[in-house]
Parts: sequence; C-alpha cells; structure tokens
Amino acid sequence: MLAYTVRRLLMLIPVLVGMSLIVFFMIRAIPGDPATAILGEKASPEAREALTEQLGLNEPWYTQYVEYVGGLLQGDLGESLRTNAPITEELLPFLAATFELALVAMIIAVVIGVNAGIISAWFQNSWFDYTAMVLALVGVSMPIFWLGLMEQWIFAQELGWLPSIGRENVRDPIDPITNIYLLDTLIQGDFEQLGTAFKHLILPSIALATIPMAVIARMTRSSMLEVMRSDYIRTARAKGQKMFLVVYKHSLKNAFIPVLTTIGLQMGLLLGGAVLTETIFSWPGIGRYIIEAINFRDYTVVQSGILVIATIFVLINLIVDLLYAAIDPRIKYQ
Amino acid sequence: MDKPILEVKELKTHFLTDNGSVPAVDGIDFHLNDGEVLGIVGESGSGKSVTSLSIMQLVGQPGKIVDGEILFDGEDLVKASEKRMRQVRGGKIGMIFQEPMTSLNPVYKIGNQLVEALRIHKKMSKDAARKRAIEIMKLVGLPRAEDLMNDYPHQLSGGMRQRVMIAMAMICEPKILIADEPTTALDVTIQAQILDLMKKLNHELNTSIIMITHDLGVVSEVCDRIAVMYAGRIVEEGETKSLLRNPQHPYTKGLVESIPDVRYKKERLYSIPGNVPTPGSVKKGCPFAARCAFAFDKCSEDSPILIDLGDNHRVRCLLHEEENGAELLQTSMK
Repeated sequence: MLAYTVRRLLMLIPVLVGMSLIVFFMIRAIPGDPATAILGEKASPEAREALTEQLGLNEPWYTQYVEYVGGLLQGDLGESLRTNAPITEELLPFLAATFELALVAMIIAVVIGVNAGIISAWFQNSWFDYTAMVLALVGVSMPIFWLGLMEQWIFAQELGWLPSIGRENVRDPIDPITNIYLLDTLIQGDFEQLGTAFKHLILPSIALATIPMAVIARMTRSSMLEVMRSDYIRTARAKGQKMFLVVYKHSLKNAFIPVLTTIGLQMGLLLGGAVLTETIFSWPGIGRYIIEAINFRDYTVVQSGILVIATIFVLINLIVDLLYAAIDPRIKYQ
Repeated sequence: MDKPILEVKELKTHFLTDNGSVPAVDGIDFHLNDGEVLGIVGESGSGKSVTSLSIMQLVGQPGKIVDGEILFDGEDLVKASEKRMRQVRGGKIGMIFQEPMTSLNPVYKIGNQLVEALRIHKKMSKDAARKRAIEIMKLVGLPRAEDLMNDYPHQLSGGMRQRVMIAMAMICEPKILIADEPTTALDVTIQAQILDLMKKLNHELNTSIIMITHDLGVVSEVCDRIAVMYAGRIVEEGETKSLLRNPQHPYTKGLVESIPDVRYKKERLYSIPGNVPTPGSVKKGCPFAARCAFAFDKCSEDSPILIDLGDNHRVRCLLHEEENGAELLQTSMK
C-alpha cells in the first residue's frame, strides 16, 4: 500500500512536466502579450519593450521554461507579472475559497445524489424512481449560469432570504485564518459570522452541486440495480435481513466503487471548473483568479494556477484509488 | 416421521410479463415430512428453483405467486406478512444456493455474515453469536474456524464457501433446509463431502431437507423421496428406491436411463431428445408429449392427471389410464 502510494506519487512527476509544458505553450499561443495587457493599447512600443525585458519575456522560450521549472523545484510558484506578488501567497485565499465552496457542494451532491440513486434502485419503476431520474436528467442538462441567476432572482431579490453574491458581509469582513470561513469562524467562536459565511454558501453551493448530484444519482442507481440482482443479495434476504439493511449494508458497499470514481472525478471538476458559479456569485475562487490572469496575459499565474489544480486533481484520484482498497478487500495494491 | 412439516398445495407462480403471464410453476402439490429428505428433480427450466424461492417468498419481479397454499407447520406462508416472512427466512427455513462463489457477500468478513442471522433471529450478544458461529463452523467441518471468521469469501475455496453457506443457513437451527443445487458448482470429491454433510445434518439435527437438483446421482445418495418436475408440474413422485428402480413416467425413465454407468462401456449415452418447452408454450395436452417415445394420440389433446399407484407412488401420465400402458413402459427406450 505504501509502496503503491509512493509509486503513484512518483507518477505525478511526468504528469506535471507534461502539464507545465502544455500550459506554458498554450498561454503563449494566445494572441496579445503581458506588456500590452498591463500598459494598455496606447502605450508606446519602447515602453512595451522595456516592460517585456523587465519581465524576462524577451529570453528564448527554453530559458524561460528552465527558469520557471527551476523555481518550481524549489517550491516557488513564481511571481505574478501583473502584481509582482509571490503567487504562492496570492493564490492560497482563492484556493481556500474554492475548496470551501466545492466541498460544501460535494457534500450536498453526495448526500442527496447517493440516496436518490439508492431509493430509485430499491423502488425501481416507482413514481419516486421516475421523478428522481427525470430531475437528474434536468439537472445534468440545465445551464449552471441560468440556475444561478434564477436562485439569485428568487431567493435574494424576491424573497430576500439569502445574500446573492460574495462570501462575507463586505461591511463586516471575516478575519481570515485558513481562509476557509466556516472553519475560521468556528475557531474564533464567532457564531454570528459562521451564520453569515453559511448563508453566503447556500446559493452558490446548490448551483454548483446540481450537475454532480445528478451524475452521482444516475451512477448510484445503475450500480445498485446491478448489485441488487446478485446472488449474495438473495442470500442476505434468505437470512431474514430487513430490506433496509439489505440495501444499505449489503448492496451499497458493493455498489459504491463506481460511485466513488464518479465522486472523485466530479470533485476534481468542481475544484477546477467552478468558474461559472464563481463568476455569477462573485465568489473569490481560483477559477476567477485564473480567468483574470488569462485576461492580463499573466503567464506565470496561469501556469502555476493550472499546475496546482492539476496536482489536486491527480491527488484526489489517488485518494479515490486508495479508498477502493478500503471498500473492497479483493483490491490489493502492491 | 410421517407428519408433514411443509405442504405445498396447488402452487402457481407466474411471471407477469408484457407478453402475458408465464407459468413457471403451474399448480404443484407436494409435502415434506418432519426429518425427511425430499429431492426435487428436473432439467433446467422445469421450475424447481422458482418453487424453492416461492416457499421463501423471494421470487423476484415480475414473478408472483398467483394461487395456492404453502403450509409451514399449518401456517400459510403465501398469506404471511413480510415481517413474518423475515422471521421464517433464516430462522425457520434456511436456504443454500447453487453458486457458492457468488452467494457470499465479497466485501464482508465470513464472521460478520455468519453472525448476522443470529443477531436478527436470536437477538444474541456479539460474543455469544461469535461463539455459536465458531461452533457451527466446526459442525460443518470447516478447519481453523476462529481464523476463518476474519477471512473474506475470496480467500476460500468453492467447497469451503459452500460449507460456510450451509453453516450460515443452519446457524439458527431451522426446521427446514432448502438446498438449491448445492453441489452442482463443485468438483466430484467435494460434492460427496457436501452430500455427507447434509446427511449428517439430517440425522443429527433432524433437519428436514428439500434437495433441488438435476442430478439423479445426488438424489439417490441422500433423498428419502423424490418429486420429478417437468415444465412447472410434478410428473412423478415416490420413494427413492421404487422411483429409480421402477420409473412410471417416460420422462423419469429417460432421466434414469441417461445416468452414465461406469461398469458398462456403451456406444453412446442415452439422452432425451429436445428441450424443456418454454413455460406457457404448451397450450393443451401433456407438455412432455413432443419429446416422449411413448406418446400416442391422446397425449397432444388431454392433460394428464396425477394417478395414485399406491405405496406413495404417484404419476402424471396418460399411459396409466390405458389398459396395457404400464407394460408398454417396461420396454427399453433405446
């Protein structure tokens, strides 16, 4: 198990080298350059050239790449071209904001999605099954931005129950410790701010949870249907076990591996791809951070930001693979 | 000994499909005496497994018991509530299945699966249940029972798994054990061991056993009485010796003649031509008529009724309504 984990972590190296190369060239392939983006269209060619030289972008690409990777190897993600701030420091609050949002969304998606899938499989072809599966289909096909706007319109604008944007009260900001506000306010014992943080999370996390919830519900249902036809389920019933335990004990653990795979992939997508939700709800997350960096041709921020997301994605999948072995004793990693 | 513990009367289990009702079990009667081993014999598709699942009320969708009674100790199980059936399953009637490889839940330890029935039916404490589980494992001849408690099913051989299945079915000391092809998936030496074990359980614990099989070798080994099923009906029923020595139905005769005998090297083993008709496809007459070497005009018109030949021997064949029919049957089929 340990040897396997180490091997998988080593495999991260070629993945990251590949990723860094791809991002390095892709961002440079976009028309426009950082100097123009920073100085504006009207800047003189001399000024632009001077800035380009100052940023080190006049060097040949391999020099730039080697320098960048050299920094990475020392744990240095580089400095933003635009703000000159170290990216490691700049990126963390954004990453924490996205992490908090994605985690809450994922909890909603898993709790509702898995249970809807189970009940649909248990009462196959019932009205619950049909309703849940139609809703799941609607869920995967609904544009997030539309759902987000509707939420804001109904719950913030019309009913006024919940705040429509941001993650804190701008006039009374939360003191950051980890930048995961639910955690920070708990540490500080400030339950009023905890409530504020929670209220701000509700609408965006529901919007973000919709697609994973639908995907998880459908995956759980089909996996459960397959498992519930198997011989050992008949054995469990022949023992006189209650249907609830036949479903939640005997079936679910067997059906969970494909569901877990889906959860892992969706979690990765949420961390990297929450851009739309973050934009609609003005959530200061990593997606918005990178999009802004792309607009300013902030090469280093884009490179490092995407590399961080890729690493998280790979790590999540590693964790998922390790969890397989915890669920199914037949899976052994050597 | 001759008091029936289980009586099945006019049992009809149909599969209600979109194309109409398919009679998998089409009105069968049999009884099981206290302490007796009854064999139910037939080819694949004759309805024997559906019969056993009907007794447990475990016929899966779209199967349904449409008529008849299943009297267990005088109580009609067809009318019993689901709650009552859960007490019967595993508690009063134990069941083992054909495929030991897939009938145990792969993700739970043997011990966990064994004590489950005790926890359900006897409300035993964990320690007491554990003790009892080790005891029953020793009874069914499993070596190093204590260690096995912590093993997973995939770590065991097929023979051992079937012993675990038997231990699991017997752990609450049910009055009846239904064994659905318990030896089919095992190799010959293990088959003999499992059959010996079943005989031992029958003698020592006075468990009544319904042995479902397509193997006449198995029934002659362990059964006191045999019921032969064909196309959802019982075509012949009698005590093992008289039925095998003197089969009164052409189908039984065919089955007996197709048993290989190592003492004689024959040119070719006898086989009954054709296949079991799909349930419901024979609208009138005897369902075996198309494959029967003794069929005459009446067979494709009239439905045969069960005729009592005396000495507990009953047969459902029109030949026995004819004058010289019984003599005709004495001629060889080859």
